[in-house]
Amino acid sequence: MRLGSFIRQCQAVTRYNLETIWERRAVSVVAIFGIAGVVGVMVAVLSMAAGFRAVVTGQARDDVAVVLRSGATGASDSILNHQDIQVLWEAPGVARGPDGPLVSPELFVIIDRKKIGAGTDANVPLRGVEAAGFALREQFEIVEGRNFEPGRNEVIVGDGAAGAFEGLQVGDRIDVGRASWEVVGRFTTGGGVAESEIWTDNRILQQMYQRGNSWNVALVRLRDAEAFEGFEAALTDDPRVSLGAQRQTTHMAAQSEPIEVFISVVGWIIVVMMSAGAVFAALNTMYAAVSSRSREIATLRALGFSRLPVVVSVMIESLVFGLIGAAAGGAASWFLFDGFRAATINWASFSQVAFAFQVTPELLVQGTTLALVIGAIGGFLPAVGAARRSVVGALREQ
Amino acid sequence: MSEADPAGTAAGNGAAAEAMVDVRGVSRTFHRGRTPVPVLRDLSLRMEKGEFLALMGPSGSGKSTLLNLIAGLDRPTGGEVIVGGSAIHRLSERKLAGWRARNVGFVFQFSNLLGALSAERNVAVPLLLTSFSARERRRRVDIALEIVGLSARGKHRPRELSGGEQQRVGIARALVNDPALLVCDEPTGDLDRTTSAEILDLLVALNRDHGKTILMVTHDPVAAERASRTLHLEDGRLAECGHDGTIEVPVHEPAGAAV
Repeated sequence: MRLGSFIRQCQAVTRYNLETIWERRAVSVVAIFGIAGVVGVMVAVLSMAAGFRAVVTGQARDDVAVVLRSGATGASDSILNHQDIQVLWEAPGVARGPDGPLVSPELFVIIDRKKIGAGTDANVPLRGVEAAGFALREQFEIVEGRNFEPGRNEVIVGDGAAGAFEGLQVGDRIDVGRASWEVVGRFTTGGGVAESEIWTDNRILQQMYQRGNSWNVALVRLRDAEAFEGFEAALTDDPRVSLGAQRQTTHMAAQSEPIEVFISVVGWIIVVMMSAGAVFAALNTMYAAVSSRSREIATLRALGFSRLPVVVSVMIESLVFGLIGAAAGGAASWFLFDGFRAATINWASFSQVAFAFQVTPELLVQGTTLALVIGAIGGFLPAVGAARRSVVGALREQ
Repeated sequence: MSEADPAGTAAGNGAAAEAMVDVRGVSRTFHRGRTPVPVLRDLSLRMEKGEFLALMGPSGSGKSTLLNLIAGLDRPTGGEVIVGGSAIHRLSERKLAGWRARNVGFVFQFSNLLGALSAERNVAVPLLLTSFSARERRRRVDIALEIVGLSARGKHRPRELSGGEQQRVGIARALVNDPALLVCDEPTGDLDRTTSAEILDLLVALNRDHGKTILMVTHDPVAAERASRTLHLEDGRLAECGHDGTIEVPVHEPAGAAV
């Protein structure tokens, strides 16, 4: 068969098939709904993972190092003392601000707050910071109220935390143990996990939790991303301290990975099960579509059309159903879930992270790909069946 | 295809110098489960160019099977089928499809039009297998619809046409590629008496005025009367029929003898 003739045949049969979809709309809608459901659920679930990842890793930088006690996996199992911080001040590659080295030792504790809506207790990070901590987070901004004053029992609350937990509005008081803290401001950091936290003065937090002169973690701004290797080597080689450093990007990616993997695995299990149902719906639709046109297909073949254009046309029709389903499912999940705010525990820090679902273009591409795969599987057997059908037998049907 | 003779070179019933169809010792056996069911056995038939042949016989006698073999829709279990000089029993399925597109016009009992397409787009379907320009296709569709008297109904869909009009569109579709052979499987089987007569008038005109060789399977003796020759197929044997319906001469006895 010459290519031109083949293409013309494919065009003709496909065009005819597509023009008759409306006449078969009832059964076609079943397939489209099935595929739309799968794509919608897939995109929604994975948008949760994407949103979580974006929050946890979004503000991480290559030129910032996260320093923990050697062997610690997170702030909660790390302790840094004054000598450790002094070594960091003098370490090579550390950037300097107007007030000295950009090293931010931070204390990290967990307090209980109730989740808005659920009413259940959740772990919320309370972080002690000082001047360098603000200098390191260039996008830090007070959006309501004011910053805390050093030396006073005052806190500021991240925008995500304020929206996710009860009693964290400006003017509220937080009672933890014997201490009572006043919420004096609400801040943003241009996104990132910090917005799920409550911040206060390092010294006050050390006193309240009887931590003496110790911290859990230090953030260090380096001169540039390339300075990291020298900085890390200097820490490793210094016999006075036992510290480990990671790039902030690496550290935060590792922090987000467990929950991201969990959401993705659970999501894909659901998607695979739903996909099986959608494939059957597509198969049913395409078998019905082919069956209702068996005499017309036989007529075309009697007139000289070949088998392959019949297969191609049925496959194209099924793929069109896939595309329509993908568009419907993707649009539905975008309207319903993009920006939907939620909070979940970050297993790496045992604290809550507030995040928004993110329906990304990559997810929509993945959803469309899945829909096309379902369409292809659903269309293949009916297409082959239509092409293999006896022309003479099909022409006898009334 | 010229304007004056749009369906092909004119030739009347008398043009019979060369065989259009030459079926030699053909057999066709189907299988019901593992049981072979022979429908045609060692059957031969010859049709001259420009002939209008009616094929009659009881249900299950193999009329449509023979028509399908001649039209290249089916393959014989044994024997040879030569149509227009081509030994079509030797062609691959792909080549056979191409051969059908160029050489055979099909007229079905139920017209078999594509319901979603207008009459003119239905007529144009076989032209999609050709390399004609859009303008040439348009011209051929117009001519074919003119021949069947439906120029004014080209934009209508099949469900907007009467049964007779649908069958006329089917005949226009069969003509549009200007094939030498028209095969008609019960073309009036689904029509009332008056409409049947109109369709038969049209087929006779195509045979007489446009030189089309026509093979028509029918149950209807009135329809068969319009053909120039009628054959009766029963028990795997062909016999010549008189126009009064009586079977006059066995046309295939013994094996290998051609009509």
